[in-house]
Amino acid sequence: MKTKRELVVVGGGPAGLAAALEAHKKGVKDILLIERDEYLGGILQQCIHNGFGLDYFNEELTGPEYAERFIDELKDKNIDVQLKTMVIDINEEKLITALSSKDGIEFIEAESIILAMGCRERTREAIRIPGTRPAGVMTAGAAQRYINIEGYLPGREIVILGSGDIGLIMARRLALEGADVKGVFEIMPYSSGLVRNKVQCLDDFGIPLYLQQTVAKIYGQKRVEAVDIVEVDDNLNQITETKKTIQCDTLLLSVGLIPENELSQQANISLDDITGGPIVDQTRETDIPGVFACGNVLQVHDLVDNVSEESEIAGKAAAEYLLNDQEKEIEQALEVSAGENITYVVPHTLNLNSKTDPIIELFFRVKDPAEDCKISIKDNKEELASYTRPIVEPGEIESVKLPVKLINKDSNEIIVELITGGE
Amino acid sequence: MDQRTIVCLSCPKGCRVTVKANGDDIKDISGHECPQGIEYAKNEYLNPTRILPTTVRVKNGQIALVPVKTAAPIPKGKIGEAMQKLAEVEVEAPIKLGQVIVENIVETGVDVVATRSIKAKN
Repeated sequence: MKTKRELVVVGGGPAGLAAALEAHKKGVKDILLIERDEYLGGILQQCIHNGFGLDYFNEELTGPEYAERFIDELKDKNIDVQLKTMVIDINEEKLITALSSKDGIEFIEAESIILAMGCRERTREAIRIPGTRPAGVMTAGAAQRYINIEGYLPGREIVILGSGDIGLIMARRLALEGADVKGVFEIMPYSSGLVRNKVQCLDDFGIPLYLQQTVAKIYGQKRVEAVDIVEVDDNLNQITETKKTIQCDTLLLSVGLIPENELSQQANISLDDITGGPIVDQTRETDIPGVFACGNVLQVHDLVDNVSEESEIAGKAAAEYLLNDQEKEIEQALEVSAGENITYVVPHTLNLNSKTDPIIELFFRVKDPAEDCKISIKDNKEELASYTRPIVEPGEIESVKLPVKLINKDSNEIIVELITGGE
Repeated sequence: MDQRTIVCLSCPKGCRVTVKANGDDIKDISGHECPQGIEYAKNEYLNPTRILPTTVRVKNGQIALVPVKTAAPIPKGKIGEAMQKLAEVEVEAPIKLGQVIVENIVETGVDVVATRSIKAKN
């Protein structure tokens, strides 16, 4: 079966939902949203804890509540939703191949595509923990799905490796459900989660956080029986004489997220080595015209609120691509790069023309924490703008709003820098 | 005199605020970098409260559990008891977001409400 569609959105999580809604609002008539799970909302549905929506809705919601607001809004719009359908290929001609048990294999010719596939967690294999391969080793997110959606307790004696927010939140969740959480082990000298989560998820329940320690080995045949914990030095080398063995039946991993870009790669879309997501301009358009990316597939966000905002940018741009003539007129093209003390910047390029919004928001992460500092936006000649910040942290995405009129007409690059220490 | 250090969560800075008190009579608060720290530490010392998000069993639903939360923060000390109580609860689908699942959970005056709509199994 082969069909034609104006806009196909791949992924029905917060990014796909917001992008589809915005494209519809901006006048796109023919939209298909494809989701592989049996419901919309993506990972939000398993994030039953509160803390979502403070920026976007000005109130504190749980994940499912946040999702349901978008799902409700979708209902009376003529946006087609196809659940339990897996996109297995996208090519450079924007031909999508999808699979479902209901319709079998399907080919969809799309005029425009929004990539909203989100991200996934790094696994045991990604960090290569030695030992046997028993049941009971899983990512924190997998455990979250078992507990919060399927109704299974994944274990009773838990060790958590990695102090990312999902790991901290699962420590609390498991403790509430009666499991014995023996500790959270973090290889770095600081917790990578939010202070709020360290306090409310660990301290509230008396769960210890051990810094500069990691799991060196896993024991057990059918099921995890124990793990070895070692301290590490400042170069992350294991100090073998510090080894201790902890009995447990489950090891949860919370060791980072990677954007899920297999489909983007199949389509030959260029990716950024640092973010792991596509290289995009300020409208979130990739290097294939008419293909846009937003949400965690583009860069891993800390807050879903930012995902929704970013996805609206992509949805609006897809509508403009479809409704205006599809050739984008570029009057000035600029590279955006990460300067001193900045890890990465999104978007990666600015393609400016007369229709460009007067203000462009640049998103980036800093390399090290700093207080009373300044974000400086420069081109190769001079500083265009600067923004003061009382505090910046690598764990939180920063952004600045750059007025386009400050950009010099003859410039072809923009550099974002963090200036600390008043020098 | 009791002394306790509280991490202020009013902003990402996370000041460590020290509270000195005789029982409920707070004598001194120090270590905060802004006035929000005083207020936060006072509440956290005298009556720490939390919203409790969890799940309860669903009968005849499209998924096995419905996510729920306390509609307002409840005293921290009552969370264990509330979990015990909610472990006994089972609700029949369909369920609407915001639907009251348990009224006045463990005498806190706060209701437990559904945070997701769930359709009945056909």
